[in-house]
Amino acid sequence: MAALIQLEIVTPKGAVLSEQVEMVTAPGYAGVFGVLANHAPLLSTIKIGNLVYKKDGRDDIVMVSGGFCEVSNNKVTFLVESAERGSDIDVDRALRAKERAEKRLAEAMAQKEKIDRVRAEAALQRALARLKAAGKM
Amino acid sequence: MPSLKDVKTKIGGVKKTSQITKAMNMVAAAKLRGAQSKMEAFRPYAEQFHAAMASLSAGTGGARFPLMEVREVKKVELVVVTSDRGLCGSFNANILKVANRAVAELEAAGKKVSLVCVGKKARNFFRKSGKMRKDYIDIMGTFQMFNARAIAQDAAANFLSGEADEVRLIYGRFHSVALQRPEQTTILPIKPIEGEAGGAAAPASQAVYIYEPSQEEIMEVLLPMFLNVMVYHSMLEVSASEHAARMTAMDNATRACKDIINNLTLIYNKTRQAGITSELMDIVGGAEALKG
Repeated sequence: MAALIQLEIVTPKGAVLSEQVEMVTAPGYAGVFGVLANHAPLLSTIKIGNLVYKKDGRDDIVMVSGGFCEVSNNKVTFLVESAERGSDIDVDRALRAKERAEKRLAEAMAQKEKIDRVRAEAALQRALARLKAAGKM
Repeated sequence: MPSLKDVKTKIGGVKKTSQITKAMNMVAAAKLRGAQSKMEAFRPYAEQFHAAMASLSAGTGGARFPLMEVREVKKVELVVVTSDRGLCGSFNANILKVANRAVAELEAAGKKVSLVCVGKKARNFFRKSGKMRKDYIDIMGTFQMFNARAIAQDAAANFLSGEADEVRLIYGRFHSVALQRPEQTTILPIKPIEGEAGGAAAPASQAVYIYEPSQEEIMEVLLPMFLNVMVYHSMLEVSASEHAARMTAMDNATRACKDIINNLTLIYNKTRQAGITSELMDIVGGAEALKG
């Protein structure tokens, strides 16, 4: 059995996950990175995307939006604005959000509104990450 | 002497009022529980965020960030957070009093003041002052992070553009169910966060941290988020305080109703008694007259 590392996901609405896992893969600033047991201390920002953790040989997906992650003392803590387990995601809602974001993005591009574009892009990224986490893409 | 019927109607009315206040008390108690559990859920996030910020700013001591820039204060922005609804005792009035005093003091010191009002009570109070720059209403009960983010981003943009040299937050702090106090804190420029007393141990572990991207860039991302955390926290505090204050106010009102009903019942019985006595007198008088 592989060595384990403590995974914690904390959002403003409370702790989402607190488990001993074998491996965590997360969307970091410079790309996806993996954390195994006894990883060196690390602090990284987290982008919108999917976090994958391996436990008992099974992969589970959690969708996370922006925040940061700290690894120390064999514990990896994610502080993110929102986190949803793949199984909890409302696929219909995510699909609707995707369509809405795409429309907004097209409008914003047409009018060259920078703030609207950034917002629409973030919304689209969130929707896509959700769909991926739910296994619908 | 009031007539019997008047007193009876009055008792009925007061009874109905007490039913309403009692119901409001129970609703407020339930909502307070909800708000408190939200606060409990938020606490670990806020604490870990603070800890990370402290260890980060210890490592970036020399660097300067726009959101931390200390300028000569000429223009001050006050973000006043109150509830949307009244009937919660002096809770909102206390916050507004502190806000009003702050405005007066700042203006006396020759500074320009602008206001951002969160919650209907603050908006209605400052609407005609001409100092209100922005208002957010009907967002208190939602507990949504994006509402806090909108307020924080707007304040940050205003600070960065030089429209305000200092941003203060005035809100009602939840100490306990019985005690809520208005509080004033400066949120911008962000003050460097001091590590705890155990700071001596921090630099040792600091050396081995891997930062991705650099410490400075992480700070750039975290500072605005830290602002969100502060604003969100104040909104949670105000929500919990509002419900706690309303609970107390409605409890007092229910008790006052009970006192009034007792007094009115006393008057009612006295009046009734007086009526009976005078009727008896009449009968006795009449009988005496017939005898004679």
